[in-house]
Amino acid sequence: MVELLVVLHIPIHQLHLMQDFLKMQLNRILKYGNETQELLKWASRSGNLGLRVLWLILHFAVTICKVRYLAMVIDSEEAQELSKVFELLQWVADIGVKSVCLYDPEGVLKKNKEPITQRFSSANLSEEAAVNGRLVTRRNLTLEFVSFEDGKEAVAKAANYLFVKHYANGTKEKSDFTEPQMAEALGAIGSGGAEPDLLLIYGPTRCHLGFPAWRLRYTEIVHMGPLKSMSYGSLVKAIFKYTMVHQNYVTSSCGTSMMRKIDLTDAASIVCILLRMFFFDCRTKVKRYLLACMSN
Amino acid sequence: MTKKIGDQAGKMFEYFGSFLRKCIFSVLSVGPVPDHIAFIMDGNRRYAKKRNLLDGAGHRSGYLALMNMLKYCYELGVKYATIYAFSIDNFRRRPEEVQSTMQLILEKIEDLIKEESMVNQYGVRIYFLGSLKLLSKPVRLAAERAMVATSGNSKSVLSICLAYTSSDEILHAVQECCGEKWDEGSALESKGAGNGLVFLKGNENGKIKPSIVVKDLEKHMYAAVAPDPDIIIRTSGETRLSNFLLWQSANCLLYAPPILWPEIGLWHLIWAVLDFQRNFSYLKEKTKLS
Repeated sequence: MVELLVVLHIPIHQLHLMQDFLKMQLNRILKYGNETQELLKWASRSGNLGLRVLWLILHFAVTICKVRYLAMVIDSEEAQELSKVFELLQWVADIGVKSVCLYDPEGVLKKNKEPITQRFSSANLSEEAAVNGRLVTRRNLTLEFVSFEDGKEAVAKAANYLFVKHYANGTKEKSDFTEPQMAEALGAIGSGGAEPDLLLIYGPTRCHLGFPAWRLRYTEIVHMGPLKSMSYGSLVKAIFKYTMVHQNYVTSSCGTSMMRKIDLTDAASIVCILLRMFFFDCRTKVKRYLLACMSN
Repeated sequence: MTKKIGDQAGKMFEYFGSFLRKCIFSVLSVGPVPDHIAFIMDGNRRYAKKRNLLDGAGHRSGYLALMNMLKYCYELGVKYATIYAFSIDNFRRRPEEVQSTMQLILEKIEDLIKEESMVNQYGVRIYFLGSLKLLSKPVRLAAERAMVATSGNSKSVLSICLAYTSSDEILHAVQECCGEKWDEGSALESKGAGNGLVFLKGNENGKIKPSIVVKDLEKHMYAAVAPDPDIIIRTSGETRLSNFLLWQSANCLLYAPPILWPEIGLWHLIWAVLDFQRNFSYLKEKTKLS
């Protein structure tokens, strides 16, 4: 090498300079290489972290359905279009809701209880699967059918029930009726039922059309528009929005609402912590890399 | 001198605003005007937090907003207004918060029954709806005084729900109906009519004839002083009714603007009324069917 350079008439001191220059550049490349390697390692760790975050978000998204009991108020005229009702219920089942209360004032859905229930019962589904020779996993729905007569009329019947129970012995009881007694009376006459978490109104107006008052106390009410223009996206959005709502009250079923809050808070805080870690880490590493590049 | 000019400018601005409102309301009145509007005044505490105000200042701002809204309603021709002032559930808040809210309510009830107040200006009769026995004595007595003082007014009605929930209202109505039926039955028995025995102990088949009907319950509801609301407005974008007028809101338009109560203004009322007018025929049809 030296002989070659001598042959090329390059002076020795310039050779040393060139050597030093090359060494410096090599060191710089190696140093960058170290930094780059560190960055790549960090990127790989962050990538794993990012994947983990995405996994959590995905599971969170899949389990966004914290709606234990969903109610749907459908305008009676629109409820006559059963194909739309079937489609809507299928979407609801796909999202993961287990229990649905269907209400229309005139009882159209109640009259069509048979075909609707058959469509979503597990017995028929397994028959279908056997016939087709494929295993089909479908979510099943518990359906409740309610109409206007289950509202005010039911309360009147419950009042008569309470009268017979507490006044039939011939003496007038002095203590006032309580909410549990009323709930028991409604259950006894066949109009009991849980309070829905969320009530979706499918109709032209934001109006609950006489949904049983006793079961509407703290229910979130969302107007979805007419049934004919229903969309899967707006259904998911409504249910997702419900899960983000913080309720500022203490209900009579305080424990249940608190438990729901804890689930949401835990999941949300995990996601927030991981996201914060990811972005903070990202910012720090990039900053260090840039500083290192600039100083060299 | 500057103050006089300022006062005059203020008065002119008020006259202009009032004139503009009259013009808008005369246009709105071409269509159906709601007879009864109910308000859930949500967001006072959040408003105070947002504006870094002291505790209680949010409620005071809310009171000013309420007076404006009531004024607009009565100018428009809305005869009945109902407000959700204090729920039975609110008693579960911190004692000092409950105390300060009660103090404010007491103060404002006294203001309402003054001669020069908006209530007398618009001929408003005040009712307090709810389980008033749960209130402290000074507030309960003030409420009773307000009801007596305004009993001569007949142009409009203001129902103030205090210590109220719908479930308590329904229970109260059921209790009253049962008591009434018992008294009727006892009276018949004492006259020897015999029907009372049938009524109380059942007929030969052992079945009790249903005697309490929906109309009996509605007669005993706290909110029987007014017809069912046409619009319920709940501010702060919340979509719950929170145990307010559940029995009466079967065919009522629910409107939930995403603003805090102290921020509510004339335009929100106009929007609610326009929405009501667009849906009037549908709601009327549903009311007839029920």
